[in-house]
Amino acid sequence: MDDDQLIQKELLPNEQSPTEPTRRDFLYLTAAAFGAVGVGSVAWPFIHSLNPAADTLALSTTEVNIGAVEPGQAITITWRGKPVFIRRRTPKEIDEAAQVKLDELRDPQADKDRVQKPEWLILVGVCTHLGCVPLGQKSSDPRGDYDGWFCPCHGSHYDTSGRVRKGPAPKNLAVPTYKFLSESKVLIG
Amino acid sequence: MGQKGRAEFKNPVIAWVDERLPLFSMMKNEYGVFPTPKNFNYFWNFGAIAMVMLITMIATGLVLAMNYAANTGLAFESVERIMRDVNYGWLLRYVHANGASMFFVAVYIHIFRGLYYGSYKRPRELLWILGVLIFLLMMATAFMGYVLPWGQMSFWGATVITNLFSAIPLVGEHIVTWLWGGFSVDNPTLNRFFVFHFLLPFVIVGVVFMHIWALHVTGSSNPLGIEMKTEKDSVPFHPYYTMKDGFGILVFLIFYCLFVFFAPNTLGHPDNYIPANPMQTPPHIVPEWYFLPFYAILRAAPDIGIPFTKIILISSKLAGVIGMFGSIAILFILPWLDRSPIRSSIFRPWYSKAMIVFVIAFILLGCAGYNPADANLTLFGRDTHIPWLWIARVAALYYFAHFLVLVPLFAKFEPRPELPPSIHEAVLAKKNNGGKPVAPAPMER
Repeated sequence: MDDDQLIQKELLPNEQSPTEPTRRDFLYLTAAAFGAVGVGSVAWPFIHSLNPAADTLALSTTEVNIGAVEPGQAITITWRGKPVFIRRRTPKEIDEAAQVKLDELRDPQADKDRVQKPEWLILVGVCTHLGCVPLGQKSSDPRGDYDGWFCPCHGSHYDTSGRVRKGPAPKNLAVPTYKFLSESKVLIG
Repeated sequence: MGQKGRAEFKNPVIAWVDERLPLFSMMKNEYGVFPTPKNFNYFWNFGAIAMVMLITMIATGLVLAMNYAANTGLAFESVERIMRDVNYGWLLRYVHANGASMFFVAVYIHIFRGLYYGSYKRPRELLWILGVLIFLLMMATAFMGYVLPWGQMSFWGATVITNLFSAIPLVGEHIVTWLWGGFSVDNPTLNRFFVFHFLLPFVIVGVVFMHIWALHVTGSSNPLGIEMKTEKDSVPFHPYYTMKDGFGILVFLIFYCLFVFFAPNTLGHPDNYIPANPMQTPPHIVPEWYFLPFYAILRAAPDIGIPFTKIILISSKLAGVIGMFGSIAILFILPWLDRSPIRSSIFRPWYSKAMIVFVIAFILLGCAGYNPADANLTLFGRDTHIPWLWIARVAALYYFAHFLVLVPLFAKFEPRPELPPSIHEAVLAKKNNGGKPVAPAPMER
């Protein structure tokens, strides 16, 4: 469209075809776009204020002494308000976890990818279904059909690597980031 | 409300106010002379009863909030202080806690009334949609209110329900962290739940106002499901239905008081008198009774995948969440699923029976939700080896089939008897027939 035609368009707005976009359409759209950006940037502080605050985020690491845990025993510690399971596995449990074929698993993951030292299994103790704490830390607890953990809420079973084997949970128990500070100390988070 | 003229008032003060703000005219038009079908049965009481419950909940909630501390370290103790030390605190709390249950009793009957007598149909679709919205808001409010005492069921109920959102692909985890304001249900969560628990009832009041407004534009439906045609079909709201509603409210309050004074904890869970412990899940988490059918749908869903392969398209968790929210969302579109021109079940031989099965399925879902996830049905103390899970699956399937298959099919193929010519004539015919309803004559479709 050359300049003459454009001028014509501006001067005679009633005669243009209704499908042709006009300058006015352009102004409406840019105004609406700026308005949307404005609303969004005002809304963001409100929305983001509901996200974890700085002091909540600051609680993101925990140091644990694991020196007193014997093979076959487990302890539960708190990390970010959630339970973390630390289980010192027996050779039998390690063996059971390693023997499982990956295609039997709902969320396939090898045992060696879930531990740094095979003896120490460290997991977030929150069922991946709806967030209950699975049973199995105490020796008197039910440990489910696979000798790991059993979630009492909706009946998910986890094995000795914390992998889901049965029930509604979609994923394995999460492995938190952690590192061994020494033989008897581990830093979680 | 409806476009009606101003009324005359003898009292000069009332007349002065009414000329400037016609509040008194509105009350007279909408609640005094308002023409109402003359054939309401007692099912039509439950809107007014629900209104009384809403007012009761706000009144008691207001004074309870003055003694409650929304902090994880103080919440449980502050509720115990209300129970022991605050004057009449025990009464106000029991009225509030059981009031939630009674509000749901009234609303469930009110919804059933709407379903059974086809109150959701044209021209009352928007009225119905606003009602479903109120129901949703009530559920959110009740859920957050149950978290406030910060007992074991409060904490774990909140954990399970907020975790539902983690089923959303990709952003689920972020949404849950955002809802919590942390990495688990904790102090920020309790704080914001208290704020919303306080705010939402007033939002409900707003939607209720629109619900009633819409009602007064279309006028009430009635058990026959035919519109009022002449003055003979109606009676003025006052004194006829102010009386009938008043009577119904009194009977309902007696039922309510039986719980408040004689069984105040029957509808709750003993576990909620144990302070919240994030390290230990109670052996059996149960929501409040009014959520049980939806909880059962949540748990009933299996993995949905391609048959004969191991490919899972929708995990059971996501499927459960979709099912649970879908079971309520489906109510929003009900007016368009049911295209039958006949409203009332009285004249719908098939739909009326399907409604009975629907209610049974809904109650069965409730029972399934109450039982542990892996429990079997026990009858007369004997294990039948029928897992509740499968009962829940069948009932949930019926729930959806009712709305998505039966209702649209019935709208097409159900026989349509001839409707009475008017409410007035139907009422008279019933009276002359010795109180028995006159069997509708079958008619060719």
